[in-house]
Amino acid sequence: MIEHLDSALVNWSRAQFALTAMYHWLFVPLTLGITFIIAFMETIYVKTGDPEWKKATKFWMTLFGINFAIGVATGIILEFEFGTNWSNYSWFVGDIFGAPLAIEGIMAFFMESTFIAIMFFGWNKVSKKSHLISTWLVAIGSNLSALWILVANGWMQFPTGMHFNADTARNEMLNFWEVFLSPVAINKFLHTITSAYVLASIFVIGVSAWFLLKGREQLLAKRSIIIAAIFGLLSSLFLVYTGDGSAYQVAQKQPMKLAAMEGLYKGTKGAGLIVVGMPTPGKELNDSNDDYVFKFEIPKLLSFLSYRDTEAFVPGVKNIVEGGYEYVDEKGEKHLAVSATEKINQGKLAIKSLREYKNAKEINDTEKQEESLKIFNENFKYFGYGFLNDPKSIIPNVPVTFYSFHIMVGLGFYFIILFVAVIILTFRDKLTEKRWLLRLAVFTIPLAYIASMSGWIVAEVGRQPWTIQDLLPTVAAVSQIDASAVQITFWLFLLIFTALLIAELKIMIKQIKIGPKEGGH
Amino acid sequence: MFESLSHLVLQQYWWIIISLLGAILVFLLFVQGGQTLIYTLGKTDMERRILVNSLGRKWEFTFTTFVTFGGAFFASFPLFYSTSFGGAYWVWMLILFAFIIQAISYEFRSKPNNFLGAKTYEVFLFINGALGTILLGIAVATFFTGSEFFVNEMNFSNWEGAAMGLELALNPHNLSLGLAIFFLARVLGILYFMNNVDESNIAVRTKKQLIYNAIPFVVFFLIFVVWLMFIEGFAYDPVTKNVSYESFKYLHNFLQMPIVLIIFLIGVLLVLFGIGKSILKNCSDGIWYSGIGTILTVLALFLIAGFNNTAFYPSTFDLQSSLTIENASSSKYTLKAMSYVSLMVPFVAAYIWFAWKSINNKKIDKSEMEEDIHIY
Ligand code: HDD
Ligand code: HEM
Ligand code: HEM
Repeated sequence: MIEHLDSALVNWSRAQFALTAMYHWLFVPLTLGITFIIAFMETIYVKTGDPEWKKATKFWMTLFGINFAIGVATGIILEFEFGTNWSNYSWFVGDIFGAPLAIEGIMAFFMESTFIAIMFFGWNKVSKKSHLISTWLVAIGSNLSALWILVANGWMQFPTGMHFNADTARNEMLNFWEVFLSPVAINKFLHTITSAYVLASIFVIGVSAWFLLKGREQLLAKRSIIIAAIFGLLSSLFLVYTGDGSAYQVAQKQPMKLAAMEGLYKGTKGAGLIVVGMPTPGKELNDSNDDYVFKFEIPKLLSFLSYRDTEAFVPGVKNIVEGGYEYVDEKGEKHLAVSATEKINQGKLAIKSLREYKNAKEINDTEKQEESLKIFNENFKYFGYGFLNDPKSIIPNVPVTFYSFHIMVGLGFYFIILFVAVIILTFRDKLTEKRWLLRLAVFTIPLAYIASMSGWIVAEVGRQPWTIQDLLPTVAAVSQIDASAVQITFWLFLLIFTALLIAELKIMIKQIKIGPKEGGH
Repeated sequence: MFESLSHLVLQQYWWIIISLLGAILVFLLFVQGGQTLIYTLGKTDMERRILVNSLGRKWEFTFTTFVTFGGAFFASFPLFYSTSFGGAYWVWMLILFAFIIQAISYEFRSKPNNFLGAKTYEVFLFINGALGTILLGIAVATFFTGSEFFVNEMNFSNWEGAAMGLELALNPHNLSLGLAIFFLARVLGILYFMNNVDESNIAVRTKKQLIYNAIPFVVFFLIFVVWLMFIEGFAYDPVTKNVSYESFKYLHNFLQMPIVLIIFLIGVLLVLFGIGKSILKNCSDGIWYSGIGTILTVLALFLIAGFNNTAFYPSTFDLQSSLTIENASSSKYTLKAMSYVSLMVPFVAAYIWFAWKSINNKKIDKSEMEEDIHIY
């Protein structure tokens, strides 16, 4: 199937995808969240007629416009990159994966771009009410674009609603609703959009805090802070809830990712949740080192969060590679886990029988066809493992996953405390006096981005080596092109996106310094 | 309502949708064409600002249509997506770069402290206008001229072209379509300005430029079409699916599908009528004739590329690897599900129409550039 595997090609392609996706994600969450904050403000303006609210609406809208443009610029490349750099993947799953991308275009992107035009250019041309509706539609539209792409991503983490068609050699959709309503997809969507609301709230609070520190725009800043802090607090509570939902799904569907998130090599019953810790650097699968240099854990919590049972067994990296432990599947049936070596053997059998099936079909040997198809179907579950050779290659980068996860969760709880503090002080009208808190709020803006980015690193690095969980490893997904070509485009993207990022930051900071215009701009 | 349709009918339905999206995209390239004329038509800062703002309110449509075209192609004909994008790597990458730099240029151009300077963003717009249109034309021309690739029994594809797509740009036939699209986009851009901008100096220049761009457009377009009528095409047998060369294939397609021929001829006439009318008279509706004409013409070209047992993405390296609407499509289930989604399109088109009507009731002029709205 794949004749030669060029690891340089795979690595550059991964690097390029990671680079471009991370750049896209630098801008997307602010768009997702700030559109709602703007819509809240404009609603109050329309209700009260107070021009100060209009001024605030327009100010945040200007910042949104700058961010939006670069979000769009970094998005287009991702969509086409599936074809350019992951062409085998595009065929293997295009039947399922293409649909959400197309729906996203038809349903969400047009909605966003149409109503953004009214939002920006329509102030003096349409009625107040139509304008307000347009602003809301922009917010809804942008969140719909998140919905479809996350359904697609959720499906990669947990493929469902499809079957493999041996004749076309690809996965084909059997049930749209199963893909769309998969529990992984739903959790992912809810967790991701709420994380974006939190990020946008922190952005608005941080910028407003800067105004307060400078003694400027007091009214606008205070009003923005109230809206953002309440929105942020509610979102972040929901964020913890959906984060727990995500982790629960990971435990069921991607136990290896969970083990990496917790740095757990040797699984145990009644496993504790690491609050802070340090995985042993350079730990190898079979060395006798402890898993952690030090750790501080809450006993039994990991078992409880993962399986809703304080005594449940949580498999570690080593257990998953070696197999032999008992686990319960979604239907509640007990199974004995299969070792990675065994999975690889079954995967190779699946690939071999698929090829035999193809050959038999060529020469019209129906008997052989049936026979090989039977073997194929029996072993298809571990199809992707057939591309691997080393059982250890199913282990993702444990330290990266571990630290990203703990940074994200830690910051998530910190944000809650910050929102509560800001709300209490605002209602006591003491916020302007607490300059240290204002400074902290400004300093928190980059932390929100770090938390958000870490989340994606957990999700994407934690699922390595899989592009499609258990079905298609990265090595088999990549386009067969020269590694040097990908290398060149990687550097080009790095160059151009970095230049654009610098431009965006400079413009954004300048616009913040200029501040709201009278009557808005 | 799509339940009873056969796989083949669904494949044809989706090829029509793809063709229509492609056709609308070519029409909307007026934004790109207009971008290459900012300096030709605008001599002062204010004039350029008016032009940029006039285009700036429309660029998102072209962009979004392009993205949706890609997404719909992926969903309906994934084998094309994986073969062409992964193979003609450089052509697509260059197109994407051209669109990336467009997306920020409007928003960043006139903002203070914009790091690269207004001039750079205008150059970005020019590059997008020139490179984007020519390369898209070249990519579409390969639907008729073919590329060198190989699809194995697992439907994984391998590109055999030496330069990862760049070799396509050296084919004069491809290039003639690329240049035709480039000049067409400029013509449409000019007609759009005539419709959308109210500035006397610009108006004088548009007329002259319209002639300068219409002539090369007609020349390149004729070269492409006449050539197309005479070349060997890629036919496949509906029963055995065997692909073979057929002389005058695309001419045959027109003759065997007279409706498509009629669409094509009406389209071409409308394009020319819109141009002619705008040259001879003082009118602002030329864009409508030429725009609709463009959509019809391109639609017809897509239809002869994919219908009547024609391989729409032919491989000159291995004929049997050629992609047809039958072997490159998604499964029946997916096409059906997507067909329900396609019912949303008229609804989307309707709200776009009403939204634009509500804010587009008056031409752009100097006074609007001083108003308190979002100005690029
Ligand atoms: C502001 C950002 C932010 C914050 C504070 C949190 N998250 Fe998160 N998290 C994300 C932003 C994010 C994200 C960027 O939205 C991710 C990446 C992929 C995804 O689905 O959402 C994510 C992924 C993600 C995953 C991986 C899902 C997967 O692999 O499919 C888990 C298990 C959690 N989160 C759990 C949590 C928990 C328990 C949190 C406790 C407070 C938390 N997150 C806070
Ligand atoms: C926008 C937020 C996202 C970020 C920051 C992100 C991050 C990453 C990273 C870091 C990698 C490289 C992992 C590695 O090779 O070690 C990666 C790979 C990948 N991601 Fe994501 N991802 C994002 C969203 C998505 C979404 C929504 C999808 C699918 C719809 C997706 C699909 C992929 C694919 C196809 C790869 C390449 C194959 C692979 O390495 O597995 N990503 N992403
Ligand atoms: C790797 C997978 C992804 C692909 C292929 C992708 C594709 C795109 C494209 C093509 C655009 C430009 C749309 C336009 O024409 O206006 C875009 C913008 C956008 N995308 Fe993504 N995207 C990906 C990941 C994500 C994720 C994970 C989210 C949210 C959770 C997201 C949310 C958005 C939003 C809100 C926009 C609007 C513009 C903005 O970013 O500010 N995208 N995306």
